Amino acid sequence: MSVQTTEYVASEIRSPASFVASRVFIYGALVFWAFICLFPIYWTITTSFKTAVDVTQGHLIPFVDFQPDWKGWRSLGLSPDSIFQTSTVREEFLKRFMNSVITSVGASSLAIIIGSLAAYGLTRYRYHFAWFKNEDISFFFLSQLILPPVVLALPFLVLYREVGLLDTRVGLILLYTLMVLPIVIWIMRDQFNSIPVELEEAALVDGLSIWGAFFRIVMPIALPGMVAAFILAMVLCWNEYFFAALLTSTDAKTIPVMVASQTGSQGINWWSMAALATAAIAPLAVIGIALERYLIMGMTAGAVK
Amino acid sequence: MANQTLPTNAWPADAAPYDLISPSRKRLGWALMAAATLGLLAVIALEILYKTDADTVGFDTWRPVVYAYVLWGVALGIGRVLTRGEDGQRALFLLPALLFTIAMVIFPTLFGFYIALTDWNLSSFSGRKFNGLANFWQMLGDPYYRNALLNMVLYVLAVSVEYVIAFGLALLLNAQIRARKFFRVVFLMPLMLSPVAVSWMIGKSLMEYRFGPAATLARHLGWENPAFFSDPITARISIMVLDAWTFIPFMMIMLLAGLQAMSREVLEAARVDGANAWQTFWQVTFPLMLPVSVTAVILRIIFKLKLADIIITVTSGGPGGATDSVSSFIYREYRDRSNVGYGTMLAMVYLIIIVVFVTWLLKFASRFVRNVN
Repeated sequence: MSVQTTEYVASEIRSPASFVASRVFIYGALVFWAFICLFPIYWTITTSFKTAVDVTQGHLIPFVDFQPDWKGWRSLGLSPDSIFQTSTVREEFLKRFMNSVITSVGASSLAIIIGSLAAYGLTRYRYHFAWFKNEDISFFFLSQLILPPVVLALPFLVLYREVGLLDTRVGLILLYTLMVLPIVIWIMRDQFNSIPVELEEAALVDGLSIWGAFFRIVMPIALPGMVAAFILAMVLCWNEYFFAALLTSTDAKTIPVMVASQTGSQGINWWSMAALATAAIAPLAVIGIALERYLIMGMTAGAVK
Repeated sequence: MANQTLPTNAWPADAAPYDLISPSRKRLGWALMAAATLGLLAVIALEILYKTDADTVGFDTWRPVVYAYVLWGVALGIGRVLTRGEDGQRALFLLPALLFTIAMVIFPTLFGFYIALTDWNLSSFSGRKFNGLANFWQMLGDPYYRNALLNMVLYVLAVSVEYVIAFGLALLLNAQIRARKFFRVVFLMPLMLSPVAVSWMIGKSLMEYRFGPAATLARHLGWENPAFFSDPITARISIMVLDAWTFIPFMMIMLLAGLQAMSREVLEAARVDGANAWQTFWQVTFPLMLPVSVTAVILRIIFKLKLADIIITVTSGGPGGATDSVSSFIYREYRDRSNVGYGTMLAMVYLIIIVVFVTWLLKFASRFVRNVN
């Protein structure tokens, strides 16, 4: 591997021996950490194709150590031979899956809408609500980030019961919106700050209203930032467990709650557990690979000036 | 809420100045806001009377109050635009997020402080009773809560190790390597995965005592009895490792962005001056990375303070509460004992501790960065 990188030799490296040594070290470390990141995922996916014996004997490599079997997926009703039969487990799973999709997409969308508007207002105008100025309002929004879920969980449990939002998707959406709103505002503030004000001034001179300028001029430019914030919010909402575990019971249960509640009385069915975990992480794994650029953009917003 | 918006960044003068709004339009706006406020108060009053059995007309749940609040918010927005014109339109950007956050945070938190002062067990029939600071005194004598707080200190300290690893990985990714994008995606992967699924995959299955590959590996390395979750110290370390696995990518990405934003000239200059790689890192790279590092570590600590999912799913706080974080302890206080009043008191005390700690941390960090640079 190090042979092809000779173009760096002239500028970076003093002796060939130390060059080879540093290459070996760098790639060794990279491969080692890649193994640490990927092995648990590999283990989960292969376990979903194992039978009880293969699990308890710790077999690792399919076709060599053990013969893959659809056992795990059949118990979810998602294997090739069971996919066209009726399966209560599959219905349950699909219901939880849809709950997760609806709550995370709903909360992320709501947070993007109100968060972008607030971030735009805070970067462009000077507000004065009673004795609160822009900096105070920004701090108020961002300070929500340190609020731990436990503090809100119990009051919300009681309030939601009074309001009739307990165990509903709307209730979860509202809470998740609150949870990701600081992050969205943080990212979007950074985005809007990087857009020159002159663009909107020109638009205003051309006769657009404030809101017209926002929708027609600013929003298209800020779209990548919005996508980044949306995806980051999606990841957080999809993986949220604490609120979902406390505030849902039958109707609005999400995937993480279903995963966590799989301990049966006869011990753990490792294969179906693994199949469920695979199904729970698959959507985000795909998003992560496909939209990695936006994720990184969202996470690094405001970190580097 | 006196709203006076001033143009900033050399905006052109207001298109529709304050005085150009006709008095009748202003009156309409004020009337609308007044009507909405009265309506909201009326619904609340009706609901209170109904709930206290003072009258028989009312709604079964408090949900109409929520609708009334939303309508009030809409009316407030329209009223602003009617009475203040362009200034009102500007306030409209901020209003939805502000009203939403106030309703979702301030009210529940205040309500939480009230619950904290009651003796309220959901499984008993006696309902809620105000009992003053009794929960607080009970908390002071609760060894499990103290233990959970101590664990939080340990968990937060573990961030320093995560930081070192994350920095190392960021340096690796910033080196002249092939397939950089592949490694970046792979290293980012753990962050995307649900902590609950991770707990199952790693905590319950990979680290399973009898057949988990991690236990098998540990046996090969000479650890005779690789039980990751049975003795308190090992269990804590296992939880830290699990949590680190998920969150190291987060710090890594921020540090990588910092490294990539650094100008190459500075590093070249150091090299020309004859500094070796070690000296370059400690005297150039590390000091320049300090602001990014501080941001990454503080954000990581804030996330760490919410740690709960992994502990709830893997150990349920065991063995004997040794791995409990504050969040997981309160979670069980509610789930197993339905003790809403006491649990809320613990949560509120934790909130106060966190706010004080994070405020101190932010002050300390900004002074630290200023002194070094």
